Amino acid sequence: MTAVSADQRQQLAYVATQAADARLNVEIETEGMTLNIGPQHPATHGTLRLVARLDGEQVVEAEPIMGYMHRGYEKLAEVRTYPQVTTLINRIDWLGSFANEVPFILAAEKLMEVEAPPRAQWIRTVLFELSRIANITLFLGDMAVQLGALTPVFMAFRDREFVLNQIEAATGGRFHPNFDRIGGLKDDLPQGWIDDTKQTMEKMRDFCDEFEELVLGNEIFQARSRGIGIVPAEVGLAYGLSGANIRASGVDWDLRRDGHEALAYDQVDWKVWTHPDGDSFARYWVRLQETREATHIVDQLLDGLPSGPIMAKVPRIIKVPAGEAYAATENPLGEMGYYVVSKGDLVPFRVKIRSASFSNISITPWLLKGVYVPDIITILASLYFILGDIDR
Amino acid sequence: MTQLSSTEVENDAAETGPQSDERREAWAAQMAEALGDGFAEHHIIPGSDLWVRVTRESWADAATAARDQLDCQFFDWLSAIDWLPSPYGRDMDAQEDNPEPKSADPMEQGHAGGETRLQMVMRLYSISEHMGITIKADLPDDDLSVDTLISVFPGANWHEREAWEMFGIHFNGHPDLRNIYLPGAFEGNPLRKDFPLLARRVKPWPGIVDVELFPGEEGP
Repeated sequence: MTAVSADQRQQLAYVATQAADARLNVEIETEGMTLNIGPQHPATHGTLRLVARLDGEQVVEAEPIMGYMHRGYEKLAEVRTYPQVTTLINRIDWLGSFANEVPFILAAEKLMEVEAPPRAQWIRTVLFELSRIANITLFLGDMAVQLGALTPVFMAFRDREFVLNQIEAATGGRFHPNFDRIGGLKDDLPQGWIDDTKQTMEKMRDFCDEFEELVLGNEIFQARSRGIGIVPAEVGLAYGLSGANIRASGVDWDLRRDGHEALAYDQVDWKVWTHPDGDSFARYWVRLQETREATHIVDQLLDGLPSGPIMAKVPRIIKVPAGEAYAATENPLGEMGYYVVSKGDLVPFRVKIRSASFSNISITPWLLKGVYVPDIITILASLYFILGDIDR
Repeated sequence: MTQLSSTEVENDAAETGPQSDERREAWAAQMAEALGDGFAEHHIIPGSDLWVRVTRESWADAATAARDQLDCQFFDWLSAIDWLPSPYGRDMDAQEDNPEPKSADPMEQGHAGGETRLQMVMRLYSISEHMGITIKADLPDDDLSVDTLISVFPGANWHEREAWEMFGIHFNGHPDLRNIYLPGAFEGNPLRKDFPLLARRVKPWPGIVDVELFPGEEGP
């Protein structure tokens, strides 16, 4: 081994620092990459486009781009009579259609100072909860599929069909019932429906138990969702997050319990579920508990269903007195409300639709900053949006 | 027996409820105090809702006051109302381009009044009080602009972009006023009343038969 002179040693040290610098420079000068997700992507439930600017595996900036499905319901509602508007708004959140109709009808009833008879209110509430179960069931399967587990989504589609069958049996429509009327409901429940529905609720409880073990208890699911996409409560509120998304951040607020709308929720014994963590796991957990709670609400409502008429006395041609009213309910996706301005005409003067997903998804530019690419999909899935509910 | 008397009390409360609404009165007073000259008018439907109209200058202050003093931390929504009676009439099926106004109705603003054609509306909600407030502000025709609320509620960002494209209202200080729903090259502001509904131009609405009268029935 030959001795190394001081000169050579200095030279070697110089080369070594140069090489280290070069490595460092290579890392720093990585060019940002733009990743375009969608508009047609299975993770976006429709046509949401997400443009993310990446630095390595991390998101620097993410921006959802929507409007691919904007149908202009606020404008169209201005040229339709009040009963015709419900056919439009059925198609906002297409997985929980009946729930869309209720707040609009309640706003119109507020303006007309009409109240639906108790039986109608109770059946409304039952169908509302059935929509919630049908809607969230799909979420429970769908989020799992986006984490790579294919089985749950097939189970979800299979079991959701039981609930949709009940909705169809009562209203005539699987997806777009158009069943709610100003002053009551289109029809009474068919014979034998109550027993069938109770059996279905039994099945749905089994479904929830199964999913609690199958998905929530799954190690991979927990690793991919715990501590991912944390929404602090005050940030969520400032962005207008509602529904299970905000309850998963520990905010104990549910319009079914805290709202002023005349539905039958105060007549039954139930619980609002919250989770303190605010991460993707919490959002899934809260929705699962809510689905189970909803089956209990339906059971109790069906047990205590009052008898009586299902329509209040309203004129055949509905003219709504001038005024403004806002009615909001706790839909499967969060708060959905309609601000209806009437000029005393057959058609509304202006309808502002407050849809839950629009506000829920508006937090994504903030929430996706700094997350890793695979987590984009988890977080989007856990926020749970329906494109029709964003684009209206 | 106790059951009976408690329901009686509830009924009494329900009967006296609609006449006065102390909590909403208190909210309106608090807003008036916080905004001073910026507070224009308010309207209360007891047991139901509260409307407050403020000047355009105190639009952002009103949001801050509602958030900090009324504990309205939940940003519900923001939009606008065009109070112009539709020049195309109720059915929007006028076949000409710039029709004479069909209705002679004067412009009539809703709850909490107002003077201008375009009005801003926002709704905030208090999680602790379980009560909401609707805040309005008039926008003069020659200057359709108002301060942005993004610094108060970051969630206002998208709502303001929507109001910008649908009504043509400019939000001072908004960092990113781009179309949110409409394609980039879209001209016009679709939710304004003088923007025609082109689908109706092409084919008149057949659904209006819904309100055809039965023989002998009196018209609406």
